Amino acid sequence: MDAVQVAIAERVAEQHRHHGKAQFFYVWGALLVITGIEVYLGYQNMEPVRMLSILMGLSIIKAGLIIGYFMHLKFEVSRMKWLTMSALVFCLAMMCIFFPDAFRILHLGVR
Amino acid sequence: MADVAVQQHGVTAAYEASLFGTYSKKIGMWLFLLSDSLTFGALLYAYSYGRISTPNWPTPFHSESIRNATLMTAFLLTSSLTMVLAVRASVFGNSKAVRGWLLATMACGTAFVILHGHEWSNLIAEGLTLPVFPAVPGHEASKEFADVSKTVPQFPATFFGLTGMHMLHVTLGVVYLGIIALRKKFIPILLGLWLVAWLATPSYSPFHYGAHVLLLAAIVCGVIVFLKPKVYDSSDVEVAGLYWHFVDLVWMFIFPLVYLMSTRIL
Repeated sequence: MDAVQVAIAERVAEQHRHHGKAQFFYVWGALLVITGIEVYLGYQNMEPVRMLSILMGLSIIKAGLIIGYFMHLKFEVSRMKWLTMSALVFCLAMMCIFFPDAFRILHLGVR
Repeated sequence: MADVAVQQHGVTAAYEASLFGTYSKKIGMWLFLLSDSLTFGALLYAYSYGRISTPNWPTPFHSESIRNATLMTAFLLTSSLTMVLAVRASVFGNSKAVRGWLLATMACGTAFVILHGHEWSNLIAEGLTLPVFPAVPGHEASKEFADVSKTVPQFPATFFGLTGMHMLHVTLGVVYLGIIALRKKFIPILLGLWLVAWLATPSYSPFHYGAHVLLLAAIVCGVIVFLKPKVYDSSDVEVAGLYWHFVDLVWMFIFPLVYLMSTRIL
């Protein structure tokens, strides 16, 4: 790395030094608890779309905890947070365009 | 944002700060992860499409499979904790702790791959298989799984495609962390693992040929560490950590979508 990169890396490392170890254990505990809830829900005889909505909601919370704390995005500059996450959410949301077709097949039946 | 002051060749100068206030390697890894999340996004959407549009979607995962997958999830979550502790140790300059935490992360990742391989082998032996997988000799496929492979072929196709892609990422993540932790010393270990994985798996197992990924990784890593030998610093550990957490993150969507949504409730 050149001198500029070294200076920036040192500043980033300095940011990391201010975060306590305990918060990582809390996040890990929360992730395990949410996983336990998901497994419990998996055994409930629920309507699939309702079950999918709840499970995906919990997965998004878990993803938020991992990205925010473990991947450190919560502590990055807001420009980085907004650009990366909004681009990702937009691209993934665009893929939803296929779902109406899946429902159409379900309702019409495959011949 | 304030410019970054650096001293180079005895001269202090101000440089324009980076757009995201961080170093290039990290931005590069974030961009790679964003593109990789679209790859997994496409696979997950394809799975969900099949799930919605197929009324007789199978629910083949009995409690044994769910227990196994839950244990795999716990291993991955724990590996993320050990990884973040490795990053923390690296910024404090504690190289012994960094190596220890990285090795713990690799152990959890390896446990995940072994459990997943065991799960795959059981499912294939029971008849949930793909046409490209050879038949398991001397093992009668159960009617339930054989029917699933015939009537809803998109289930095994998307299941093996999605989980196989993730398993490949975890395997390469373990190799990546091995290079960061042990550098050149990891190459002979990797070659040993390749030989064990290749020779210990029967020829009809998909892992018999899949093990060659380790040989390929050993060649690529060998070229990298011999052409550009270096001591990896805290920024390298942090960037490797980003990749590892991403692999964990993807599993947080695969586990409920693939396993929990296909649980066999008795």
